[in-house]
Amino acid sequence: MIVIAVLVAVSAVLVWRRDGINGVLEILTHDLTLFGGILPRVLAGCLLGAFIAEILPHEKVSRSLGPKSGLKGLLIGTAFGAILPGGPFTAYPVASALLAVGADFGATIAIVVSWTLIGYGRAVAWELPIMGTDFTLWRLVISLPLPVLAGALGRFVYVRMYPRGAEP
Amino acid sequence: MNAALIIDIILWASVAAAGFIALRRGRTVLTMSVREGTMDFINIVPRIALGVIGSGYIAAVIPQEVITGWLGPDSGWRGVLAATIAGAATPGGPVIGFSIGAVALKSGGGAPQVIAYVIAWALFAFQRLLLWEIPFMPSRFVWFRAAVSLPFPFLAAAIAMAIGRP
Repeated sequence: MIVIAVLVAVSAVLVWRRDGINGVLEILTHDLTLFGGILPRVLAGCLLGAFIAEILPHEKVSRSLGPKSGLKGLLIGTAFGAILPGGPFTAYPVASALLAVGADFGATIAIVVSWTLIGYGRAVAWELPIMGTDFTLWRLVISLPLPVLAGALGRFVYVRMYPRGAEP
Repeated sequence: MNAALIIDIILWASVAAAGFIALRRGRTVLTMSVREGTMDFINIVPRIALGVIGSGYIAAVIPQEVITGWLGPDSGWRGVLAATIAGAATPGGPVIGFSIGAVALKSGGGAPQVIAYVIAWALFAFQRLLLWEIPFMPSRFVWFRAAVSLPFPFLAAAIAMAIGRP
C-alpha cells in the first residue's frame, strides 16, 4: 500500500516535471473515468465472492479442491478459472473465498493461473484484437497445461514448507 | 455488442444467480452475504482508487520503447529471460501489455520470447499483483503463487521453441 503510494507520488512528480500540470490533469481525468467504470464491477466481484463463500458447502469444496483432491482437484480448479467471468475484480475475490472455505494453495493456484492464462475474458476482449487470432490460439494451446503444473508444483512445495499442514 | 458489455452481463448474471441460490437458503443467508460483500467492497475501494488512479502515472514514466527494446530480435534464452523480466515490469492494463507484445512481434521479436513476455505479464505483472491480487487475497498466498509461477514463462518458451509456429 505505502510502496504503491510512494511509487505513484514519485511518478506523478516526474510527469509534472516533464509535461507540466496539464499532463498530470490529463492522466488524472483518464484514470478517474477508468475508476468509475471499474467500481460497479468491483462491487459485483465482492458480492459474488461473498455469495460463493456462503452457498458452497465447505466439506464439498475441501473434498473437490482441498489438499487431498489430487489431479482431479487441479483440473477442476483449472476449468473453473477458465470459465470465471469478469476481470481481476471477480477472479481474486472468488479465489479468495474458495481458499477460505477449504480449497488448498495448489487448487487455488490452478484457479488463479488458469484465469490469467486461459480465461476467455481477457483473451477475447484484448488479446484477440491486439495480437491476432493465430498468436492468441497458439499461446492458448501452449498455456493449457500450465495451470495444472503450477498447482502441482504449488502443492509439492507447500507440503514441504508446511509439513504440519499450517492453516493458509 | 462489444466484449466488455457481454462480460458485464455474464458477471452480473452470475451475481444474480448466486444471490438467488443464497436467497433460497433463507433470507438471513442472503442479507448476511450481501453485507459481507459490501464490507469487502468498502474496504477495497481506497486501495483500488490509489492503484487505478495512480497507474496512469506509473505507465507514463516507464517508456514503452524500453520494454519493447528488451524483447528485440535477440533470440535464445537470454531473450526469454529479458522478456520475462519485461513482462513482470510492464505497468498498466491489458491494452499496454498486449500492445507491447504486438509491437515486439512486428518489429522482429522472436515468437518464443513474445510468448514468454505475454505469459510473464499475465502471471506476475507487478502492478496487477500489488493493485489487485494483494488487496483481495492473503499476501502469503500471493507471494507463494508468484514464486511457484516463476518457471512457467520459461517452460512456455521451451514448448514454443519445440513445436514451432503453426
